[in-house]
Amino acid sequence: MTSNPLLDATGVAKNYGAVAALRNASLSVLPGEVHALMGANGAGKSTLVKILTGAISANAGRILIRGEARDIRSPAAARRAGLLPVYQEPSLIPDLDVLSNLRLTGTPVEPFRAWVRELGIPDLDIRDTARDIPLAVLRVLDLARALAVEPDVLLLDEMTAALPANLAEKVLEVVRRQGDSGRAVIFISHRFVEISALCDRATVLRDGETVGVVDIVPGVEEKIVELMLGTRIVKTHVAARSAAQKAAPAPARPRLAVRNLRVGTKLNDVSFDLADGEVAGVVALEGQGQDELFSALAGSIRPSGGTIEVDGSPAKFSHPIDAIRAGIAYVPGDRAEALAMQRSVRENIALPFSAALRNWGPINMRRERAKVVSAIERLQIDTRAQGEVQRLSGGNQQKVTIARWIAADARTILCFDPTRGIDVGTKQEIYHLVRELAGNGKSVLFYTSELEEVQRVCDRVIVIFGGRVVDIFPVEEADEPALMRAAYGLPRGAKADIGILADPQSPSSGTNP
Amino acid sequence: MSTTAITPTPVPFGRRVKRFMADRPLIPLIILLVILVVILQILRPGIVNERWIANTIKFAIPLAILAGCQTMTMLTGGIDLSVGTVATMSAFIMATQVVNQDPAVAFLLAMMPAVLIGIVNGIGVGVFRVHPLIMTLGTSLIGTGCLQVYQRTVIASGAKIPDFLAWLGTGLTWGIPNALLLFVPLAALIVFTLARTGFGRLLYAVGDNERATRLSGVQYWQVITALYVISSVLAGITGLLYIGLIKAPSLSLAEPLVLPSVAAAVIGGTSIFGGRGGYTGTIIGALILTVLTTLLTILQMPEGARRILFGLIVLFVTAAYLRIVEER
Repeated sequence: MTSNPLLDATGVAKNYGAVAALRNASLSVLPGEVHALMGANGAGKSTLVKILTGAISANAGRILIRGEARDIRSPAAARRAGLLPVYQEPSLIPDLDVLSNLRLTGTPVEPFRAWVRELGIPDLDIRDTARDIPLAVLRVLDLARALAVEPDVLLLDEMTAALPANLAEKVLEVVRRQGDSGRAVIFISHRFVEISALCDRATVLRDGETVGVVDIVPGVEEKIVELMLGTRIVKTHVAARSAAQKAAPAPARPRLAVRNLRVGTKLNDVSFDLADGEVAGVVALEGQGQDELFSALAGSIRPSGGTIEVDGSPAKFSHPIDAIRAGIAYVPGDRAEALAMQRSVRENIALPFSAALRNWGPINMRRERAKVVSAIERLQIDTRAQGEVQRLSGGNQQKVTIARWIAADARTILCFDPTRGIDVGTKQEIYHLVRELAGNGKSVLFYTSELEEVQRVCDRVIVIFGGRVVDIFPVEEADEPALMRAAYGLPRGAKADIGILADPQSPSSGTNP
Repeated sequence: MSTTAITPTPVPFGRRVKRFMADRPLIPLIILLVILVVILQILRPGIVNERWIANTIKFAIPLAILAGCQTMTMLTGGIDLSVGTVATMSAFIMATQVVNQDPAVAFLLAMMPAVLIGIVNGIGVGVFRVHPLIMTLGTSLIGTGCLQVYQRTVIASGAKIPDFLAWLGTGLTWGIPNALLLFVPLAALIVFTLARTGFGRLLYAVGDNERATRLSGVQYWQVITALYVISSVLAGITGLLYIGLIKAPSLSLAEPLVLPSVAAAVIGGTSIFGGRGGYTGTIIGALILTVLTTLLTILQMPEGARRILFGLIVLFVTAAYLRIVEER
């Protein structure tokens, strides 16, 4: 570890108007290491990555690559310098097929194919249009595309978020090998497990400054959390405890009763109840019909069969407004889908108030303000950059999407992976909030791609596989192995040997509970 | 040329100026307007007097109202190219119907095509998702065609400009244009609607992220239909005002105002991609364009050169303005 750093950035600063996204960030990456970049939301991780890859330019700071000062003015310049990012959002152009996308960036095809196979997708047709490829696979393709040009420094932003376990495993394996072969990887992730398994060192950012560089050794998590959160650590402990409390007993009539719901070919037969005061978790591998389930309940798409009953009476939703009138609100997983990015926090939260025709008249500014402020306070949204939502950090944006429905007092909230790509502190706050909502008699349907969240938040868990409910079980039995087995299509009752027969690819997917 | 005076000079003073401008986007526009007026005064000493100001305002008002239509539609990411035809139609119908009809009846008849075209535009854009550019261009052509047919039927009866429209369009009271009686409340209403009503909020939100508004329960077609009807009605009113000013009904009366109305909204800081802008900037944009036209007329250039210069200045001003107002 005595060699010169491949990449050495010092004193990097970036201001957006009056808001300083980065004050004094530094990052030094040695050849052959996998280096974690960590920090709470708004700490400046994304900004630093964007500067390093030439997407935006810094106001101050020095960047050395192999000891030479380089001025990275564009993504192309970063590429030439050997720096290649894989961002959280898929970067293939949706209307082109994979091959054309490769040509666009001058990526050699054969190495790309080799990497795709390596990453656990044996049957990719590179003539497929990117739009038709599921999100998880697209992310893997982005990675393969980056790997194929053999960059010196690979930047991975939340690479494993939204990946099913089997793909995530492969990705981690490949990343580790990349480090072992003398290249460097900068790895941004919120999952400690991955970081401790994968990384050599970690640079921790807080409020736009580098507050520490630590070697990853067993037990270092405490120190990293301390560095990331600073004084906020006390609060998260409290939140963690209260999030673990159990819910109120279920009342007689369900708030929401879903029977034999079908949507196209993706969702085949789903039935479950959701009671007032209950948080029901939904667990599924990528693309098992959960997107369709949530969209149908939110009124975004029409089901092709089955019934939805709200408070005992059948409901037909042909537009989200119908669901909203029934008190059902949908918080999508993709924040960009839910927010008017150029508008203020206030307008975004107040958006549903003006939706109906009869509310198009003059706005009672004082009443609106009171509602918005109370929602902001309840979620503790950082409003320093409230003029435009796009200037908020990801976690704060997510809070705005939820705050909207708190302000609108929705009785049922459908949360689709609300903690995707946000920091530990904010996650705790969201768990706490969801529990609190349930405590106030609201009901929440909570899809999550992180299994450990189920035990923190939910009362019951509904596991979906291939568009059907595999199993519904209480949270006490929802340990991660059980969830994983169910997510792969095996209900609790199934015997271990039947399981092996039914699912030969994953014989190790947990013992019988 | 003129904007060099307001472009930031060395840091940190320049930076401060820039920040100041970015926070108050109206200031650079007003400065530009003043500079244009000063240039005019230098070229023709004494031209800027009470009469000139009243005249400028009179001619700026129809442009400003049509630019209001563009502002509102552009906020949603649309555009309304039918405003010229709608204004012409209502003006022409008014002038020909008032010969034989009661003025109130003539007024209703004159506004009918405006409402109709507004509804068709709104349904086309909002329900059938035709691109606003194509939709409004189409209805504009259809409207012009209908007007030609209509003209044959009334060719015998002739036309006249009702007195109250002439009074409103050209009259002055104590040196102040009467048209302001119509425009001031109208402008106040538009500004208020955009800033303080649910409908105004929805225009911005729809233009910014339509999917987000849908998930919040907004029904796109309702907003868009209402918007294009409002836009058309405003255009119809403008036509009545404009015929009082020009006093010569023709089949292409307000057509020359269409593209300047788009330019006025853009100069005024409204984004053609939606979600950004406001009406106060548009009003100043309309004034700037009107003064600019006078300026170019005074220079006594050939028509072609004047148009070239006009186009160049519009492009330059818009680019410079965006540079000043957008930070980063």
